[in-house]
Amino acid sequence: MIDYNANELLRFTTAGSVDDGKSTLIGRLLYDSKSIFEDQLEHVKKSSIHKGLEYVDLSLLTDGLRAEREQSITIDVAYRYFTTPKRKFIIADTPGHIQYTRNMVTGASTSNLALILVDARNGVVEQTCRHSLIASLLKINHIVLCVNKMDLVDFSQEAYDKIVQDYRSFAAKLEVKDIHFLPMSALLGDNVVDRSKHMEWYEGPTLLYLLENIHIGSDNNHIDCRFPVQYVIRPQSDQHHDYRGYAGRIASGIYKPGDEVVVLPSGLTSRIKSIVTYEGEVEEAFAPMSVTINLEDDIDISRGDMIVRVHNQPKIGQDIDVIICWLNREPMNPRAKYLLMHTTKDARAIIKEVTYKIDINTLHRMEDDKDIRMNDIARVNLRVTNPLFYDSYSRNRNTGSLILIDEGTKETVAAGMII
Amino acid sequence: METYNLNYLRELEAESIYVIREVAAQFERPALLFSGGKDSIVLAHLSRKAFYPAKIPYPLIHIDTGHNFEDTLTFRDELVAELGVRLIVGKVQDSIDSGRVKEETGYNASRNMLQTVTLLDSLEEHKIDAAMGGARRDEEKASAKERFFSHRDEFGQWDPKNQRPELWNIFNGKKNPGEHFRVFPISNWTEMDVWQYIHMEKIKLPSLYFSHDRLCFKRDGSVLAFYDFMKLRETEIPEMMRIRFRTIGDITCTGAVFSEAMTLDEVILEVAASRQTERGTRADDKRSDSAMEDRKKEGYF
Repeated sequence: MIDYNANELLRFTTAGSVDDGKSTLIGRLLYDSKSIFEDQLEHVKKSSIHKGLEYVDLSLLTDGLRAEREQSITIDVAYRYFTTPKRKFIIADTPGHIQYTRNMVTGASTSNLALILVDARNGVVEQTCRHSLIASLLKINHIVLCVNKMDLVDFSQEAYDKIVQDYRSFAAKLEVKDIHFLPMSALLGDNVVDRSKHMEWYEGPTLLYLLENIHIGSDNNHIDCRFPVQYVIRPQSDQHHDYRGYAGRIASGIYKPGDEVVVLPSGLTSRIKSIVTYEGEVEEAFAPMSVTINLEDDIDISRGDMIVRVHNQPKIGQDIDVIICWLNREPMNPRAKYLLMHTTKDARAIIKEVTYKIDINTLHRMEDDKDIRMNDIARVNLRVTNPLFYDSYSRNRNTGSLILIDEGTKETVAAGMII
Repeated sequence: METYNLNYLRELEAESIYVIREVAAQFERPALLFSGGKDSIVLAHLSRKAFYPAKIPYPLIHIDTGHNFEDTLTFRDELVAELGVRLIVGKVQDSIDSGRVKEETGYNASRNMLQTVTLLDSLEEHKIDAAMGGARRDEEKASAKERFFSHRDEFGQWDPKNQRPELWNIFNGKKNPGEHFRVFPISNWTEMDVWQYIHMEKIKLPSLYFSHDRLCFKRDGSVLAFYDFMKLRETEIPEMMRIRFRTIGDITCTGAVFSEAMTLDEVILEVAASRQTERGTRADDKRSDSAMEDRKKEGYF
């Protein structure tokens, strides 16, 4: 009765300015895909009446904490889920205004796709560009530009075409390969799950159809073999006396028993004896599988080491150029040491130099302003205590990303993408 | 060309195993909070997979309200024996006896709220620095913003405004003395995912999850199992009903649903057709609109 293999997982993030109707759109997706239960809907109906509204405000479905219900704003990334017979979806719902950069970077870091909303009355605005640039910076492969509130421009094709035109000319400088456009009214449900009856001129798919069918299979890197060792499994039982398994999640590439591998940083080579899961040994393993690798030879390997192919190795170094997004209220301290986490490796780092700050509205480089505060994006040079095994973020999200942590508070203060 | 795609349940599984291994690697004294419910049973199953062929390298902690369904303890003990792990039991009765908490009285008296104190005391006694739980983000609105690695201050409290951003697959488990973490490896699963995974993996569940006849009564729109210690109103008359449970917790606040579903397939069909959230059957969430948010702040699961 259940076909487990039919479903893929698509993670997407949503961005829009304050009143672009993002919460309504998500509420509409959840509602029209029948992911809303009676008690939730009942609750929203009551709240809508309580607020004196004449319609059921679907945006209330995504209201989170009491703190934001009181202020009617969204203050952090919230995760929503819905499933159709074709795919399971994870939505990273990020707020449009305050702390937008920090939250959108967080939401985008785990997403394959970004939904960017514009209000059909306002067209492409500064925030649209900013959200798109962040999506591009985080290497999101697919953008869907949702031209919302078409009902307020009389479902005008002309208005829609102009926005598409404007966005296309802006998007030419982005590194996003796959951009889709669609006209919709989240409030009325037009082109969200069901086709609009008001826009006969639009012949493209509905939003849900797009989300269900966009090809995401090639988003994972299956070329460069990178296996950061996460945990060493040593049963120390009679049955598995000399067993040493290296547990981890494949960051990229395809591993098979018999592969000749090299272990970093030792540089020692061996072959893969077996790839073990609880179900038994597997013939091949690829990202994002969690497995345990056994090697032919007894090599001293610990957490933070990386098992890679002999003829395809990552860069190894202690001086690293990174684009960072500052996430913390405390500004960056140029002389401080920070803890650094990269794959399964811990190190310490100092920020040796701020090369330039990036104006996220224009991508303009600011070389004379080097104070880094919350929501700032900058290119910096890091000096790390131990060599990292890394790839550029644009080639490999898993081995090209890192975070910086304050040594005192232990808070995550920056997200970094290696150049 | 061959496609290298995982189906979504395997992808969720891989993510959860990754999180579980991060916990074992980053913390000195982790533990798994075991409630006896399906989510924590799945968590125990994932833990077993994560460290195979070694045993699970941390204990299970069960907070015993003293008001358990009979099956829960038997099931727990069999599972612990099968996994070969250590079991730590924190008893709410001990917290009551030592005066740490005061038993609620009245019709809706429940030990559910009292658990928090027992839990925090148990974590402190055993110096647990990371307690894994089976909470999911789809369960309740305060959960939608929860992190995989959820930071708790030295009083065990959750501050929704002071949670660390979580990027990519990098989980920051660094902490200062006295602080600890709650970790939720199945954050991204929905109720349906859990059921489908149980089906796919043929995971054993307590019989409470399947249709059976039981002495129950109705209260405030919920169906509750009747036990002798409960105080009933005049209009509340216990009678035999054919029910099953969608969640399993303390018996005073775990609502039942009328059901004929005897097998996993039938349960899954029923869940798919269900028009109520599973927490809709939980009396503890009905106390107020932000009941869960308030309990989380205090240090509830």
